[in-house]
Amino acid sequence: MAGRGEPLLKVEHLTMRFGGLVAVDNLSWQARERDITALIGPNGAGKTTVFNCITGFYKPTEGRIALRHGDPAIWDELESLTDRGKRHLTAATGSLFQLERMPDYLVTQQARVARTFQNIRLFAGMTVLENLMVAQHNSLMLASGYTLLGVLGIPSYGIAERAAIDVAREWLNRVGLIDRADDPAGDLPYGAQRRLEIARAMCTDPVLLCLDEPAAGLNPRESAELNELLLSIRDQFNLSILLIEHDMSVVMEISDHVIVLDYGVKISDGTPEEIRNDPKVIAAYLGVADEEVEKVEAEVGL
Amino acid sequence: MDTTAQRQDVDVVHAVKEACLAAAITFGVLLPLIGFETVSNIDNKLVLHTRWGLLFSIVAIVGVGRLLMALVIAPRLAQRRVRPVTPAATAAATWLSVIGRWFGPFAVGFAIVYPILVVSLGGFSSALKWVDNFGIQILIYVMLGWGLNIVVGLAGLLDLGYVAFYAVGAYSYALLAKNFGFSFWILLPLAGILSSFWGILLGFPVLRLRGDYLAIVTLAFGEIIRIVLINFVDLTNGYAGIGGIPRPSFFGIPFTAGDDGFAAVFGLEFTPVYRTIFLYYLILALAFLTAFVTVRLRRLPVGRAWEALREDEIACRSLGINTTNTKLTAFAIGAMFGGFAGSFFAARQGFISPESFTFLESATVLSIVVLGGMGSQIGVAIAAALFIGGTEIMRDLDFLKQIFGPSFDPTQYRMLLFGFGMVIIMVFRPRGLISTRSPSIFLKERKTISSDLVKEGHG
Repeated sequence: MAGRGEPLLKVEHLTMRFGGLVAVDNLSWQARERDITALIGPNGAGKTTVFNCITGFYKPTEGRIALRHGDPAIWDELESLTDRGKRHLTAATGSLFQLERMPDYLVTQQARVARTFQNIRLFAGMTVLENLMVAQHNSLMLASGYTLLGVLGIPSYGIAERAAIDVAREWLNRVGLIDRADDPAGDLPYGAQRRLEIARAMCTDPVLLCLDEPAAGLNPRESAELNELLLSIRDQFNLSILLIEHDMSVVMEISDHVIVLDYGVKISDGTPEEIRNDPKVIAAYLGVADEEVEKVEAEVGL
Repeated sequence: MDTTAQRQDVDVVHAVKEACLAAAITFGVLLPLIGFETVSNIDNKLVLHTRWGLLFSIVAIVGVGRLLMALVIAPRLAQRRVRPVTPAATAAATWLSVIGRWFGPFAVGFAIVYPILVVSLGGFSSALKWVDNFGIQILIYVMLGWGLNIVVGLAGLLDLGYVAFYAVGAYSYALLAKNFGFSFWILLPLAGILSSFWGILLGFPVLRLRGDYLAIVTLAFGEIIRIVLINFVDLTNGYAGIGGIPRPSFFGIPFTAGDDGFAAVFGLEFTPVYRTIFLYYLILALAFLTAFVTVRLRRLPVGRAWEALREDEIACRSLGINTTNTKLTAFAIGAMFGGFAGSFFAARQGFISPESFTFLESATVLSIVVLGGMGSQIGVAIAAALFIGGTEIMRDLDFLKQIFGPSFDPTQYRMLLFGFGMVIIMVFRPRGLISTRSPSIFLKERKTISSDLVKEGHG
C-alpha cells in the first residue's frame, strides 16, 4: 500500500486542560508521510481538541507537536530545536516545526498544515472562486508587493493572479464545481460545500491536510466520492491526511492508520484491521467496561 | 359568504384594538413630553402649563393612522406581495438594471461639470452657496464615507470613532502649516500618514476585541482625541481653536486679490469663487483617489482578506492569513483617507476647533455607510448626497414658516425629519440602499450576490 513512510508528525505527551476538565491527557502518536491517519472515538473523546492543538487554534497545556518537511534525518535535530526554544529549524535538506509554539496562521503559512472544520466555515457571501483566491492569500500577497506595488498596478501581480486563478480552476474541476465558480459559496448544496472546503484547504499548498468530519451529513454516494477524492489527492500531491471521522465506512476503507481516543486518552493505535478487532475499542464505542464486552456483544449479536 | 363577512368583522375589531393601543401608548409617552410645559412667568418663576389640545390631536393622528394602516394599507401591501410577475414589472426591472449600469458614469460626469453648470446657470453669486455648501460639503462626506467603508463595510470592524482620524488630519495640517509654513501639497500626504499612524496605534490594543467591545473602545478613542484637543491648550489652543490656517494655493499661485493672485495671473476679475471651485475639484480628486484605491484594493489579496475576515475570521486564520495585520491595514488605510479629508477640511475652513470633531460626526459618517449599504461605493455616495444635501436643503425650509407661523424655526427639525427618513429606509431596505455585493473576480460572468448571504462582520 501507499504510505508506510517515515513519520511526518509527532505528537508527544499532549495534554490540554480547560480549567478542571482534562480534554486530552498525555497523548502520544505519530502520523507517517503519505498515510491517511484517522482519529476516531466517541463524542467528547477530545478529537477536535487534538486538531485544534495541531493547527494552533489552542495552545496545549503540555506536550510537543513536531512536523517535518523534507529529509527524515532532520528528526535528529528535534531535541536541540526544543532546547533552543525556537519555533522552527531549517537545514539544507529539510525543516522542523514545533507547532505548539506557533500561532494558528503561521501553522498554515510556514508549516503548511491546512484544515477544514466540523461545521463548514466557508466565506458564504463570496463566490466559490473568491474562496479559493483567499486561500492563496500569502503567495498573492508577496506577488502584490504587500499591496504597495499592487495598488500601483504592477503587471507581475496580474500574472500571479492569473496563475492563482488557474490553480483555483484546476481544483474546481477536480471537485466538480467549475460550473458554479461565480456563484456565492453560501448557495451551494451541503455536499458541494464540504468539497469546496477541502479544495480551499488544498489551495494553501499543504503537506498535511487535517479534515474534521469531512463525511458528516453526506449520503453514501457522496461519501464514496469523497473517499475517491481523498485518495486521489493523496497520491497526486504526496500529501498526508489526518482525519476525524464517525463514518466507519470512510475510516475503514481509506485510512492506513487509525488512532482511537476515549476521554482524552489513546486506547488503541494500529491498522484498520487491528482496530476493528480490538476489544477496548468495541468497549469504548458500546460504552461498557472491558470485562463486559463479551456479554454485551452476545446481547447485541456481534 | 358568511365566513368572509365574519373575518372582515374580526379584522375591524382587531384593527380598532390596535389603534386604541397605539393611541394609548402615544398618550402615555407624550403626556409628560408634550402634555405639560414649564414656562417662566413675568416674575421669573416656572409655571406649569398644559397643552391638552396639541397632545390629543397627536394622539388622534396616531390612532387614526394606525387604524388606516391596519385596514387599508396592510391588506394592499399583502396583495402586492402575492401579485405575480407582470410584463410591466420585468420591464421595470430591466430599466432599473440599465439605470444601475449607467448611474455611476453619469454621477461622475455630473460631479465633474457641476461647478461649471452652477456658475453658468446662476452666476458667481449662487456658486458660493451651491458649490461650497452643497458640492464640497457632500464630497467631504462622500470621501469620509468611502474611507470608513473600508473599515466597516469591507473588513466588518465597527468603528464609532472615525472622526478621531479626521481630527488628526485637520490638526496636523493646521499646526504644521501655521508653525512651519509647509505647503498644502506636502502636508496632505503627511496628514494621511499621521492619521494612519494613529489608526495603527489604536488598532494594536483594540483589535483583539470583537463586536460591541470594539465599537465601545473606538467610540472612547474618538472622545479621547477630542478631549485632548480641548485640554492641550498650549498646542491646540483648546476650545478657541486654530484660526488663520494657510489656504491651499493653485500650484503656488495664491487665490488673493493682489497682483500675483490667481485672478490677476490668468487675467480674470477677482472673485472668491475661483478658490471655491478649486477646492471643489480638489476634494473631488481626493474622493476619486479614495474610490480608485478602494476598487484596486478589493481586487488585491488584502482586500479579499478584508472581506473574508468580515465573513469568517476563524476560517481566515486557518488559511494562513495574519488577521491582526489584515485588520490593522484596514484601520490604517481607512484612517489615512480620514486624514486626507481632515487636512482638506482645515484648509478649506481656515479655522478648526474641537467642536467640529464631535461624536455626531462619527455617527453621521457611520449612518452614511450603513444607509448606503455596507461595502457599496455608489450606495455610500448616494447616501452622502441625500444625507448632507438634505440637511443643507432643510436649512431653506422657510415655507414651513408660512404654515406654522413666523416663530417656527425649520432648521431645528432637521434631525427629527432625518431620523424619520432613516427609520423609513431601514424598514424598507434594512441592509442599505445598495445591499448586493459585487464579486471582486469572476471566471465567466459577474453575478451580484444577494445581501442575505453577505455577513455584516463586526468581529
